[in-house]
Amino acid sequence: MGEERSFFNEMQDEAGIPRAAYEQLVSWLESKPSNFLNRKSREAETIFRRLGITFAVYGAHEATERLIPFDPIPRIISAAEWRRLSAGIEQRVRALNAFLHDIYHRQEIIRAGRIPADLILQNEAFLPEMVGFTPARKVYAHIIGTDLVRVSENEFYVLEDNTRTPSGVSYMLENRETMMRIFPDLFQMHRVAPVEQYPDLLRQTLESVGPDQGKSDQTICVLTPGIYNSAYFEHAFLADSMGVELVEGRDLFVDQGKVYMRTTREPKQVDVIYRRIDDAFLDPLTFNPDSMLGVPGLFDAYRAGNVTICNAPGTGIADDKAIYAYVPDIIEFYTGQKPILNNVPTWNCSRPDDLAYVLDNLEDIVVKEVHGSGGYGMLIGPTATKRQISDFRKILMANPSNYIAQPTLALSACPTHVASGVAPRHVDLRPYVLIGDQVRITPGGLTRVALKKGSLVVNSSQGGGTKDTWVLED
Amino acid sequence: MLGRTASSLFWMSRYQERAQNNTKLLEVAYRNSMVSHNGNGDVSNWTFALASSGNAHGFGLKVEEITPKAVINYMIFDKDNPSSVRMCLENARNNGRSVRTGITAELWEALNTTYIEFSDVNPQSITQDKLPDFLAWISQRSHLFRGALLNTILRDDGYFFSQMGNFVERADNTARILNTQYWVLLPDNDVIGDGNERMQWSGILRALSGLRSYRFAYPDAKLKAFNISEFLILRKEMPRSLAHCYDWIVDSADDLAQFYGNDDPSIKLAREIEQDLRTLKMQQIYDRGLHDFLNDFISRNNAFALQLSEDYNFA
Repeated sequence: MGEERSFFNEMQDEAGIPRAAYEQLVSWLESKPSNFLNRKSREAETIFRRLGITFAVYGAHEATERLIPFDPIPRIISAAEWRRLSAGIEQRVRALNAFLHDIYHRQEIIRAGRIPADLILQNEAFLPEMVGFTPARKVYAHIIGTDLVRVSENEFYVLEDNTRTPSGVSYMLENRETMMRIFPDLFQMHRVAPVEQYPDLLRQTLESVGPDQGKSDQTICVLTPGIYNSAYFEHAFLADSMGVELVEGRDLFVDQGKVYMRTTREPKQVDVIYRRIDDAFLDPLTFNPDSMLGVPGLFDAYRAGNVTICNAPGTGIADDKAIYAYVPDIIEFYTGQKPILNNVPTWNCSRPDDLAYVLDNLEDIVVKEVHGSGGYGMLIGPTATKRQISDFRKILMANPSNYIAQPTLALSACPTHVASGVAPRHVDLRPYVLIGDQVRITPGGLTRVALKKGSLVVNSSQGGGTKDTWVLED
Repeated sequence: MLGRTASSLFWMSRYQERAQNNTKLLEVAYRNSMVSHNGNGDVSNWTFALASSGNAHGFGLKVEEITPKAVINYMIFDKDNPSSVRMCLENARNNGRSVRTGITAELWEALNTTYIEFSDVNPQSITQDKLPDFLAWISQRSHLFRGALLNTILRDDGYFFSQMGNFVERADNTARILNTQYWVLLPDNDVIGDGNERMQWSGILRALSGLRSYRFAYPDAKLKAFNISEFLILRKEMPRSLAHCYDWIVDSADDLAQFYGNDDPSIKLAREIEQDLRTLKMQQIYDRGLHDFLNDFISRNNAFALQLSEDYNFA
């Protein structure tokens, strides 16, 4: 383990003086008895457990249901900070949608020499089946979860864009509900921007891109792989809070180019599918023929314009880790503006020069699989043992083009409830963005926190927790 | 409503009812084995519990000797037994889980908490002396489930399917319990039986939570085979009688037919069964043969459930 590096403390400055947004929280915490947070944590856990807010962890033997640890101390973002963040996010998601439209049509960005053709055309996430097809309002990625980290007062970096099927929004909503139940007095002391409108906005967004753009009598459903999926709770939660059906592939069928649900009576035509299954499983006739999760003929119905699939098939190219390095160029190319949010400098291990640098600096950097997610298959140099580094070196050299690398960022830290009391722990932030007739960003998002001291891994599959995230109103 | 949703609501209720029925049978077996005068080696009470819950065959395939411990383990905890209380609770929850959009938060909490707390129980910790409390707990959780369901869910098609699942299971259970010991209910036994018979009769009534209410329903309060049979088959006011189950099923079926504006084959089938139970007299059933009648009822009840799943596209 390396030494603890310096990092930005969101609660207080170097002199230990609370920052403005945290002033009231700090004095409120100081006024509470010592076992207060223990008691409230247990209360919160009971609420989560009873409601069945669980996710599945895939271990060596069997999948088990777990609760994501919940930290009861809120993370607070000031109104001014949020304005700047949300402007940066909006710029980014608009550019990514313009990019998707372009690469599935005229491919101007390739012609202009801004991105190598191979990087797109040879990319597994690029779907040739989408070429020439234009979804409603030219929107491809309707639901995006932008992963951000903060390194100083004014510096945020985008880690990943998550343009496929980002998850976690149910935790944002349930964390808030739970906080309002356990700390009503703390809410009264702050003007916290609400998040509860998210399901309504999601529904509006889905309606706005349906075949009858904007009409509210369209039939919407959430398509889930089923109860054994790790995010099943969220799928049910979203369907429930939007008031729409939660369906599995076997509940749908295609007839004469239209999609129907099997009901207890006549089949019911479906207009919009918010799918939470991957592209490859959507339609066994077009994609993976072994898929039991999808709906045969769905893709043809989609191309015929009879049903809208959200997010569109083929959006994965926009959050591909090899494309990531080009996002600043993408923003400039389609918007003519400088990016508001930073990209993390990225070495592409398929390039010999980059690979050489990465191999020389493994102990200082982070190496990730190009198609990996969930914190699996990655190396965090500064916290890895010599053995882990030498093992990883072999894996990396065997297949360099499968990896990218980035400098280790000093993630900001927020006050967190730990065994010894309250201590700073590193966090990231995933705000949720909806793109349809307009761009809607719910103030706040999901803060993930690395509960182990000094750890920079916030993934829930690796023992990270979550926090309620407050955006203060002016 | 999705066909799969209808199916899940039907089976959620059915499994929860089955969990409770298993519990009742074990309670009786436990109680009767304590008061039995036939010595410790007598396992007839446990055999009765296995047979009337439809578990005898599966148990026989897996376990060689009938012992109280083996029966308790098989009927409560065994993961390989699809009808064990554990698997019933798990299946009820999984069905509820797959229609979380169709049930209320209260109902989900009842289902989920039961499942979580049951999963935390170590089977070794349920020794015979702890059995009654544990069974009572499962029973209470089942009542909580049903209370939450009746008090909170919308009276739409989902409710009707859930009720039919509940009462198809209950009718099946009652008929099987009667059929397992039909000979002690034959009218030529209709004298005050010896100690053993009395215990079997009261055991049947206890298994169906009917011992006390029987005494109210039949003012002379004497246990008689004819009256017990009538009570459990034809008396609508007895909540576990076949007549009561079909009274409830037909109410739901009529409501469903109205809700959808169509009389489907399953609805008609339910009405036929209900009409028989409403108009038959106990003597007619005896004249025809109690065993035959019960066998016939069990298969018609199954046929109804099957037809229902076809009519409404259960996945």
